[in-house]
Amino acid sequence: MTTTHLSRRQFLKASAAASAGLTLGFYLPATLAQAGPGKTTGSIAPSTFAPNAFVRIGTDGSVTVIAKHVEMGQGSYTGLATLVAEELDADWSKVNVEGAPADAKLYNNLAWGEVQGTGGSSAIANSYDQLRKAGAAARAMLVAAAAEEWKVPPDAITVERGVLMHGARTLSFGQLAEKAAALPVPTEIKLKTPKDFRYIGKQIPRKDSKAKCNGTARYTIDVKLPGMLTAVVGHPPRFGGKVKAFDPSKAKAVKGVVEVVPIPEGIAVLATNFWAAKQGRDALPVQWDDTHANKLGSDEILAQYKALAEKPAAIAQQVGDANAALTSAEKTLEAAFEFPYLAHAAMEPMNCVVKLGRDGCEIWNGEQFQTVDQANVAAAVGMKPEQVKINMLYAGGSFGRRANPQSDYLVETAHIAKAINGRAPVKLQWTREDDIRAGYFRPIYYHVLRAGLDASGNPTAWHHRIVGQSILTGTPFEPMQVKDGIDATSVEGASNLPYAIPNMLVDLNSPKIGVPVQWWRSVGSTHTAFSTETFMDEIAVAAGKDPVEFRRALLAKHPRHLGVLDLVAEKARWGTPLPKGKARGVAVHESFKTYVAQVAEVSMKPDGSFRVDRVVCAVDCGIPINPDVIRAQMEGGIGFGLAAALDGAITLKDGHVEQSNFHDYTVLRMNEMPKIEVHIVPSQENPTGVGEPGVPLIAPALCNALFALTGKRIRTLPIRSQRSA
Amino acid sequence: MIPLNVNGKTYSVDVPPDMPLLWAIRDGIGLTGTKYGCGIAQCGACTVHVDGKAVRSCSMPVSVAAGKHITTIENVGATSAGKATQAAWEKLDVVQCGYCQSGQIMSATALLKEKAKPTNADIDAAMSGNICRCATYVRIRAAIHEAARTLAA
Repeated sequence: MTTTHLSRRQFLKASAAASAGLTLGFYLPATLAQAGPGKTTGSIAPSTFAPNAFVRIGTDGSVTVIAKHVEMGQGSYTGLATLVAEELDADWSKVNVEGAPADAKLYNNLAWGEVQGTGGSSAIANSYDQLRKAGAAARAMLVAAAAEEWKVPPDAITVERGVLMHGARTLSFGQLAEKAAALPVPTEIKLKTPKDFRYIGKQIPRKDSKAKCNGTARYTIDVKLPGMLTAVVGHPPRFGGKVKAFDPSKAKAVKGVVEVVPIPEGIAVLATNFWAAKQGRDALPVQWDDTHANKLGSDEILAQYKALAEKPAAIAQQVGDANAALTSAEKTLEAAFEFPYLAHAAMEPMNCVVKLGRDGCEIWNGEQFQTVDQANVAAAVGMKPEQVKINMLYAGGSFGRRANPQSDYLVETAHIAKAINGRAPVKLQWTREDDIRAGYFRPIYYHVLRAGLDASGNPTAWHHRIVGQSILTGTPFEPMQVKDGIDATSVEGASNLPYAIPNMLVDLNSPKIGVPVQWWRSVGSTHTAFSTETFMDEIAVAAGKDPVEFRRALLAKHPRHLGVLDLVAEKARWGTPLPKGKARGVAVHESFKTYVAQVAEVSMKPDGSFRVDRVVCAVDCGIPINPDVIRAQMEGGIGFGLAAALDGAITLKDGHVEQSNFHDYTVLRMNEMPKIEVHIVPSQENPTGVGEPGVPLIAPALCNALFALTGKRIRTLPIRSQRSA
Repeated sequence: MIPLNVNGKTYSVDVPPDMPLLWAIRDGIGLTGTKYGCGIAQCGACTVHVDGKAVRSCSMPVSVAAGKHITTIENVGATSAGKATQAAWEKLDVVQCGYCQSGQIMSATALLKEKAKPTNADIDAAMSGNICRCATYVRIRAAIHEAARTLAA
């Protein structure tokens, strides 16, 4: 191993001056000690060993991993800490996790360039090498310190669970922390081979369980600062509406209400507590100017999309000549699919705390888009991004909602703080109704699929037309991800269809509608997996073939798709008989480079009601970092997808959102949760994400099972809207 | 001033009588483990025990709770059922985002106090008022059975 000859202290100084922030950034930001859920301001003890931006070791032997990604339920804190602990040979019980401050150079998502944020199921994938190297570097320095102490070669020292050993001699991480901190930082680092892994791939407990079971886990809603006011905002009832006039007197008459201020997003009522602020907001008469507001309803939007589906579209993917092949096909099939708006409806309604000072601004939030939010909030209050400090908290769910390119609810909070000239720290708390009606929905989509089969039932042509609003147009991500009229997130899962069909065309029409839209857990695959996988089922039936066998034959060049499909078929005992009134449906799909196949076992009662009894899921996400977290994400992803498949719909009427809370935006509850069996494909490939890929398959698997039971195809989601439709 | 007995301590809270118990606990007393999710008793994130029964604190006026024994997630571990439930939750790593889990644990504990060995149907009935958007339901069910086994041992 080669080492630099800079001491750590010199290195810190040099790299800070050069703003260095490479893979292993050795610059320790001053704000570091203030980060993390439940952490309060404090400084790092001078004897603490902090060899890089991702790990600190205290003289008490505690290991603190600094997580650059948000913990919003997906298990990132556990997974990221596992990577560090593995190479460090730390004692898992002594590992703590803190959220990193915003820093685009040190803590950027390596898959995104210089942006710090979490999304696209990328946390583990982009951190796999980076954090293992961080752990290995720290370990090498501890070993070097012990080698000096014992006057033995480093190679003769072994490390196990936070203890260094040579013969009968032992020293703990804590005992060596101070000495290691003074040593040179290694520049070349050797990583373990997978056979030596002690934590990766093993059953180790989550880092956030205890705090989330005893009420001590801190979320944004729990932040309380001296003098803080809570704000509840009256928002325009239509997207794009503005305040025309308002009368603050009734709101101000509510005991506890302190201020009523107009902001670009509406009217903010500030009070000493949430209830008073809400009472004040509810009492506030506001006249709205809807001149530029969206007045379309879902029905009108869908009608526009159906008309657009007849018009020429931008080509996302083309192989051979699909139109010619359709004309010459022995048999053709066509089907149209409708998808509604969906709200994310995380359990913690969106909220944010902002403290605005003369020279800086501080945010408390469960941040999914740290440096984007930092820049947007800075612009909103007229500061530079580096003047905005972010304090990371746990996020009470997100499902994509907190990765808002406009930082909508954070900027709203900043506007309130600005409107009162920073006189008090402000906690914006949306009610559930605010949250459901705030927009940034999964867009409405309309798909038309056409397929051609030859005389033997082999598919020869495939045309997939998608109509739907672009999520990325108008965001900072547009230059990267929207090319030639194709928003990659509108067609993912369709443009990369794995099936071997010689003539394929996937095209897209992206109308502009005045309804704010956003990614929703598994993004494009929320709709493309449904239309492609139910249509494949339809083609298989038309070809007189078994749905699994039919897919297998077309996936010969896609071993990982095939791997999960074969595994799920075996584990679900595909093809074996089921009792009367029960049937299976299958789907296979890749999203975010993770391959998943699911079989849904569904039973139907004579009255036509049905229940998903059991879901068997096979997943290939490369090297499994934490198998239990992978299982949890598949379980939860299936439940989340099932909620949307059964009942999930936001509908607009005259531009108004018709739903408001969990009584009319119904989500999955305990009584409808199926049994779930997860099987993980052993793999040596680099790890890929699991937060999203479990979601998109349950809807097609379920509807394919329902077809097997009823002979009827469901092509409009949600499923249970059909009866009233 | 409204007298509230929370987790064995008596507080005198200066809030209007129609304020929901949830906000008296959170903003009045400063115990933040109990969460706001919907405000209309649809999601169960705000579940606490009032005289031993699971109650949606977002929809009970604080004046109704005055003088009653209120238990929140912060102190439910002091009971054997609460302790077993929390331990089972940790053992099975039930939590994901965790925001609903205080309410889930409060509902589960109330169930276990009433039924030492709940069936799946009992669990459906007692727990379907608690929403988990991360859909940790598979593990919640397993953890309730696990806690019941611990309590029976």
